[in-house]
Amino acid sequence: MQAWALPSESVSTGRRPGAGGWLLLAPMIGWLTIFVAAPMGFLLVYSFCGRDDLGRVVYSFTGENYARILDPIYLRILGRSAAYAALSTLLCLVIGFPAAWFIARSPERRKERLLVLLMIPFWTSFLIRTYAWIAILKSEGLLNGLLEWAHVITAPLDILYTPVAVVIGLVYAYLPFMMLPIYGSAEKLDPSLIEAAHDLGAGPTRVFLEVILPLTRPGIGAGVLLVFVPALGMFAITDLMGGARVPMIGNVIQNQFVKARNAPFGAALGVVFTLLFVVVYTWVLRRGARKSAGGGP
Amino acid sequence: MVELRGVSKSFGSIAAVTPTDLAVRAGEFMTLLGPSGCGKTTLLRLISGFEQPDEGSVHLDGRDVTRLPPNRRDVNQVFQSYALFPHMNVRENVGFGLRMQRTAHSEAAARVKEVIELMGLGGCEDRRPERLSGGQRQRVALARAIVTRPSVLLLDEPLSALDAKLREQMQAELKGLQRRLGITFILVTHDQGEALAMSDRIAVLNLGRIEQIGSPAEIYGSPATDFVAGFVGESNRLVAERIDDGTGLPRVRVADLVEIELAAHQWPFGLSQAVISVRPERLRLAKERPAEAGAIEIRIRERTFHGAFERVRMESGSGVVLLATVPSGALEGFECAVGTLAWCVLRPESITVPVSYAAAGPAP
Repeated sequence: MQAWALPSESVSTGRRPGAGGWLLLAPMIGWLTIFVAAPMGFLLVYSFCGRDDLGRVVYSFTGENYARILDPIYLRILGRSAAYAALSTLLCLVIGFPAAWFIARSPERRKERLLVLLMIPFWTSFLIRTYAWIAILKSEGLLNGLLEWAHVITAPLDILYTPVAVVIGLVYAYLPFMMLPIYGSAEKLDPSLIEAAHDLGAGPTRVFLEVILPLTRPGIGAGVLLVFVPALGMFAITDLMGGARVPMIGNVIQNQFVKARNAPFGAALGVVFTLLFVVVYTWVLRRGARKSAGGGP
Repeated sequence: MVELRGVSKSFGSIAAVTPTDLAVRAGEFMTLLGPSGCGKTTLLRLISGFEQPDEGSVHLDGRDVTRLPPNRRDVNQVFQSYALFPHMNVRENVGFGLRMQRTAHSEAAARVKEVIELMGLGGCEDRRPERLSGGQRQRVALARAIVTRPSVLLLDEPLSALDAKLREQMQAELKGLQRRLGITFILVTHDQGEALAMSDRIAVLNLGRIEQIGSPAEIYGSPATDFVAGFVGESNRLVAERIDDGTGLPRVRVADLVEIELAAHQWPFGLSQAVISVRPERLRLAKERPAEAGAIEIRIRERTFHGAFERVRMESGSGVVLLATVPSGALEGFECAVGTLAWCVLRPESITVPVSYAAAGPAP
């Protein structure tokens, strides 16, 4: 969750943590070493290994796993995953920004209530909520029932197990992750800045483009990362709501480990995928840093 | 120039501004002075367009602008917090208004440069607001507001965030700037010193209505109401009752201490009793009983030194407390240590009789 600390907000004091600081950090560093750094290391090693006919890892150096990724099949899946993740991110932004803005501008009491509402989905298991969506979207489900009852449609719509269902699921799952950082930025925005822009001759559109958008950019950046990155790798929603008919990169990796028993190839996909994240992440960070330090034209 | 006609504004059940008329002349430096919650900021926001009046109308240059949004009023505001855009440098902040008006690039650049020079901000053009001092931010806020040459500039407590020394310097600069630009300034403040130092006229507000409008000298010298007398400067407020038969000059007895004859215009017609106001610097102290009328024997209770002047708190035999301020050194001539007896002279011309609202009726 590094994405919260975008550069315009983090002020480095330039001091290294002292002995007490290391002590406070020790549990986290230990945890990350055992459960993040070490598995990543295994993954990296695996990705250069081969496999025998039973699917066991053979420790001999080979680059063929990486070569296989360039197969158009996988590139197409990767492209599709990126497209779905991007579309879901865009929808989250379009739906989430106005709502987050509204919450941030609300009076204190209403703000608290709305934030609680935003948190309520987290009280239930993610899988249960996904199954609830299946109940809503399936051909004899709630949505089709309602539309037929209202005579909007005559035959049930095929939504479940289509890309549409996948995007609905992704947007639903990640909307709060878009809204919370935007809310954070919007709440910090001094309302007198909006008044000042208005006073100096800016109409509503210009106020939005010149003041609100640039000043909520850190929140938008964080939200985009928090939605796009996990959406790209998501396999549960695509499995359950897409019916595995539209495999995404997350499903492919999962399958290599579980069904195809080709851990080295799965590892290679994982490594490439992780590097891709790092590239996107640094790109967004750099962009944010340039925008907030550069000073425009 | 700027005219408010019968404007009122309530927030929920709270009346921020009761029906009020206010006319500000072109090129005038008008200050709205009052305690917090008196409605002065609401009045300002009615002029800028951030609030709409419940009743009444707002006129600029003779045009009714009551329903116009702030971006379509020829009025700019300097905000209390300055409200500088943190994502823009000084040059971009100052040029914002011109950009919104789609002024040609070359002209805009020239005007921004000119105003930056005028405000003494040369060399800071590329800095972001967070890298400016409080005084520089204040100047950027001013520059940003005047660069579009509005006919009216509204200033909402613009100096309250500065330290005392800088505030005094900025008072003089603001006044000078206003004179040079010829723009109408409307300033909101709760600081009476600021109001007295800068304004052509002051409107003193209390509880959503204007108590008095006048020049600083008028406001200070002859407060129209009890509230003004108490809020602007310090004053001794004493009960006085008329004791003559009402045919000749008014003769009053002040605080059961002393009888004084006033000029006819000083005492409101038909009043039998009032709370009078006497500024502390208008009380004269003497060691021996003076020959003039209005002398009261008092005991010195406290003396505090304030550099240029001294404050003397004293008490009459009957327990009435009076406050006098005297220039430093003025008391060197006679023995008046704390606890000693002395004389204090209440001269007729130092007395003003502010009316309270009960007696005066609605504001003029």
